[in-house]
Amino acid sequence: MTASGWALILLFIAILAALAKPIGLWLFALYEGRPTPLHRFLGPVERGFYRLAGIDPTEEQGWRRYALHMLLFNLALLLFTYAVLRLQGVLPGNPRGFDAIGADGAFNAAISFTTNTNWQWYAGEATMSNLSQMLGLTIHNFLSAATGIAVAFALFRGFARRETNALGNFWADVTRVTLYLLLPICIVYALFLIANGVPQTLSSSVDATTLEGARQTIALGPVASQEAIKLLGTNGGGFFNANSAHPFENPTALTNFVEMLSILAIGVGLTWCFGKAVGDTRQGWAILTAMGVLFLAGAAIAYWQEAAGNPLLHQLGVAGGNMEGKEVRFGIAASALFAVVTTAASCGAVNAMHDSFTALGGLIPLFNMQLGEVIVGGVGAGIYGFLLFAILAVFVAGLMVGRTPEYVGKKIEAREVKLAVLAIAVLPLVILGFTALANVLPAGLAGPLNKGPHGFSEILYAFTSSAGNNGSAFAGLSAGTPFYNRLTGIAMWLGRFFVIVPVLAIAGSLAAKRHTPATSGSFPTTGGLWIGLLIGIILILGGLTFLPSLALGPVADHLAMIDGRLF
Amino acid sequence: MTAPTSMFSAALVVPAMRGAVEKLDPRALIRNPVMFVTACIALLLTALLAIDEPGLSLGFQIQLVLWLWLTVIFGTFAEALAEGRGRAQAASLRATQAELKAKLMLGVGDTYEIVPASQVEKGEIVLVETGDLIPADGEVIAGVASVNEAAITGESAPVIREAGGDRSAVTAGTRVLSDGIKVRVTAEPGQGFLDRMIALVEGAERRKTPNEIALTILLVGLTIIFLIAVATIPGFTAYAGGAVPVALLAALLITLIPTTIAALLSAIGIAGMDRLVRFNVLARSGRAVEAAGDVDVLLLDKTGTITIGDRQASEFRPLAGVDAGALADAALLSSLADETPEGRSIVALARERYAVRAAALPAGSKVIPFTAQTRLSGVVVAGVTIRKGAVDSVLRAHPAAGTGPATAELRKITEEIARSGGTPLAVVRDGRLLGAIHLKDVVKAGIRERFGELRNMGIRTVMITGDNPLTAAAIAAEAGVDDFLAQATPEDKLALIRREQGEGRLVAMCGDGTNDAPALAQADVGVAMNTGTQAAREAGNMVDLDSDPTKLIEIVGLGKQLLMTRGALTTFSVANDVAKYFAIIPAIFVAIYPQLGVLNVMGLSSPQSAVLSAIMFNALIIPALVPLALGGVRYRPMAASPLLARNLSVFGLGGLVAPFAGIKLIDLAVSGLHLA
Repeated sequence: MTASGWALILLFIAILAALAKPIGLWLFALYEGRPTPLHRFLGPVERGFYRLAGIDPTEEQGWRRYALHMLLFNLALLLFTYAVLRLQGVLPGNPRGFDAIGADGAFNAAISFTTNTNWQWYAGEATMSNLSQMLGLTIHNFLSAATGIAVAFALFRGFARRETNALGNFWADVTRVTLYLLLPICIVYALFLIANGVPQTLSSSVDATTLEGARQTIALGPVASQEAIKLLGTNGGGFFNANSAHPFENPTALTNFVEMLSILAIGVGLTWCFGKAVGDTRQGWAILTAMGVLFLAGAAIAYWQEAAGNPLLHQLGVAGGNMEGKEVRFGIAASALFAVVTTAASCGAVNAMHDSFTALGGLIPLFNMQLGEVIVGGVGAGIYGFLLFAILAVFVAGLMVGRTPEYVGKKIEAREVKLAVLAIAVLPLVILGFTALANVLPAGLAGPLNKGPHGFSEILYAFTSSAGNNGSAFAGLSAGTPFYNRLTGIAMWLGRFFVIVPVLAIAGSLAAKRHTPATSGSFPTTGGLWIGLLIGIILILGGLTFLPSLALGPVADHLAMIDGRLF
Repeated sequence: MTAPTSMFSAALVVPAMRGAVEKLDPRALIRNPVMFVTACIALLLTALLAIDEPGLSLGFQIQLVLWLWLTVIFGTFAEALAEGRGRAQAASLRATQAELKAKLMLGVGDTYEIVPASQVEKGEIVLVETGDLIPADGEVIAGVASVNEAAITGESAPVIREAGGDRSAVTAGTRVLSDGIKVRVTAEPGQGFLDRMIALVEGAERRKTPNEIALTILLVGLTIIFLIAVATIPGFTAYAGGAVPVALLAALLITLIPTTIAALLSAIGIAGMDRLVRFNVLARSGRAVEAAGDVDVLLLDKTGTITIGDRQASEFRPLAGVDAGALADAALLSSLADETPEGRSIVALARERYAVRAAALPAGSKVIPFTAQTRLSGVVVAGVTIRKGAVDSVLRAHPAAGTGPATAELRKITEEIARSGGTPLAVVRDGRLLGAIHLKDVVKAGIRERFGELRNMGIRTVMITGDNPLTAAAIAAEAGVDDFLAQATPEDKLALIRREQGEGRLVAMCGDGTNDAPALAQADVGVAMNTGTQAAREAGNMVDLDSDPTKLIEIVGLGKQLLMTRGALTTFSVANDVAKYFAIIPAIFVAIYPQLGVLNVMGLSSPQSAVLSAIMFNALIIPALVPLALGGVRYRPMAASPLLARNLSVFGLGGLVAPFAGIKLIDLAVSGLHLA
């Protein structure tokens, strides 16, 4: 470990914390439906969309209606993408003449992008036409991110509003978030990336002559535009198979730093926005602090393990940390940090191969995802996932002050507890259930490239990443088989919508309640005690379930390495 | 009520053991899903004993099964023990009820027929004479009687019950000591106060409270999540080429699911109600007890709660030109026949401070009694008329005296007295104003500190009084209440409650009169005084058998204690899981990956001993926590933050650490005794 490595990690956290309020303010304006400076230019566009679709943006929706419209919208997009991928061979915008995508592959990819997962079983530059990339996939990068933020807004309204069933209007939320937040930032962001060397062109490749005189085909495409939303919207689906390790996606140390920031930027802004929405910004800061502690702990362990490297290689005289699977341009600290960032959020972009991390270094990304990606988390998904834990933390410990548990003025009762437990149970059910299934079926066992506990980690990681809507790959797993395409596809769908619907139901239930003003007898949900409690509950309720699987995977892997065996 | 017997006396423990076994009935057990799962697993492992699982010794398996069954039985025992404490009381109440006979009026003169009390219908009229037990709840419609209510309240001093007014309600099972009354029955057979009380102390009517339901849902949810965690392990180990015996997986599951809190949950609720009953407060539902913990605003009657019931004369204020001794003399004479505490205090003040000697009224004096019309009392002594009363009443009765500088001066004195929290009484002799007596409200000792504590806990206190705003403000300031409602009418009270509730606050109050009934019904916690009217007792959701309005503060404390106990044991139970994982995970996986032995941080002697120790700890912690569950966690009024800090360190951190030590100790014993 080096001082500059630590400086990078701490500087990253400091800048991120500084972004919370400015981004939060912007988000809060969208949450409230108040005009932003951009409304002067984009207001007519927004209204035009509403008129075109016959939508009244001021019409309030109850939770059922909000959820139904959200589901129908996502289902329609899913079917659209499925059709585009299946018909790729006959559609235009296919300069390299790729064939149509197979049924299970299209099923997987369509769900993957609809659910903000961007799990990619394929190598994009060798499978997807430009039309498929731009129309079929990139559209989801915006709309799945906007869906996540809309759901978070609805939950915020549940906490903030009193004795109503109105949670806002799904269409208005999605339109505003896309138009006033995602698109403008992405335009500036893409220009920044282009300035730093990321290609943006409609031609698909150039031919180059190498120093040895060989001809090399270098894949190109509209990379910068996809790159911007890939990170900002915590999508993670790269244009190239190598993702952000590819020099065309992530050329410099600066772009690397900005890419990491952009993954978590909206997430931290949402914590501030939540505090503002419930009328007490300290609530938002408390959440962000708890996230920050978990983040720093993960980053520290991952960096420490990666920098420590492999003792077996040290014995062979190879000094230094673990550089296997890492870009020399970024080095150990920036790669470890990127891995923690991308799994803290449900992003899944990678600038190094997680499979090549040390066992415990790779455990951190795995564990981050298993916690439900609530450490800042994916756009919208992070904060609503975190609030589920907050509800349970309040419920478990809140009784200890001698009152019915309350959180930000709303009583937490049977219905909220039931729905929160339901939503939180989805991850263990899907991750552990599907991993166990893959462990006993031949089709599943055919997947991992490595043996022993490391092979187990590869399977576990695949289902953790898909159920958590992360999309990062541990690699080392042949995931493009019908078995894995179908199972991870189902996992992504369950991990997304079987959480969102209970979350919206909680929002509806909370909105209907009256507000209980806080007194000195109320359970304190700011300050160190609460932060410590939140961390404890997240680790115990969110993490303990996965302990057996982690013991049999990365932990056994690590201990075997100490004993001198590698997998 | 009988005095509480020790929690673990043989009289309670032996029936509880029988109850513990009876509660193993699956139909009863399923009400507690976590314990039901535990019982199913125990049953499964019992059946598996027949099949010899490889890798495990039979002795080990038998011990495992035994401890699993003990886990279930400890849970049912805790519940049976909690119920047992009420059952003894119920038995004596039921004996009283069985012997009740009624003198049912036949409607012709005073003729009656003796019938069993259970046959008396609502609306019928019964006669109760000296020595009779009152056969049913009702309202006195004729007569006055002194009644011994010890059967209900445990208080043997008789109380007066009379027709009309706020002391007209009588309760079945209480005994008329003198005189006779006619009572109109107000309760259907089997639904009277006594019936409710029996059901309450027995726990027969016990339904899960909203909070318990929510907690049960959480516990079921955790059980399902841990079921997933355990049920998937065979898949994982199959990949690694090994297998974990079913018995060990079952042990892991049982230690992970929240058996501790699940076993104690209903005992905590029953014990909480029981604490209230022993405090001589009957709650209609567990919901009301929980609501008591949530209360944000307490409405307290001034008299009897904040001030001691009677005002005391503290000073004589003569008008200019009137000798203080003359005023004292007049005040004394007018009060000698006044047997109210106020009257007596005037006499005492005159004697002590002004050395007025008269011991009794001279012969031939005529007492003018207090009437509601004049609102004055007084005396005619040797042709001199002395009267005293509220200043306005005196001025109204003596219009001649009501003019001139004397009146202005009296008004000034009156205002000064009111401003200091006192009540002025004017004294007039033969139509001439002499001055005023300052009657002082005496704020109870220590009440200011109590209100300070309540404020710390985030509870606002509002004093309700009939006094004018000036007096009320002064007393409110002296007593340290947060707010007051002066010249309060029942409508004002109701409006205040509605306003507070509209702002999201929970309100508690107590009351006794019929005109309190709407407010009692509206309040989230309405404590009716047992001496009050039937209407008030019906409207409230609690009845205080001692009729002590100060108790409202303690009731809030009991409600909070109940919720705290539940939260503390839940937190403890959940925090326990960390240590249990570290005991069992290395034990069951070490055969597959020997390197996982380093996770055995407690250094447990062998895998089998580790599993057995964890499951033993899991079972034994239940009886170890029964005293806490039944007695409640220690409660002191304080703000939420320090309270949480304290409880979180005791039950949260304690819950993390205690099982590490406990399992290690048990392991030492298990390996020392060669049990595994």
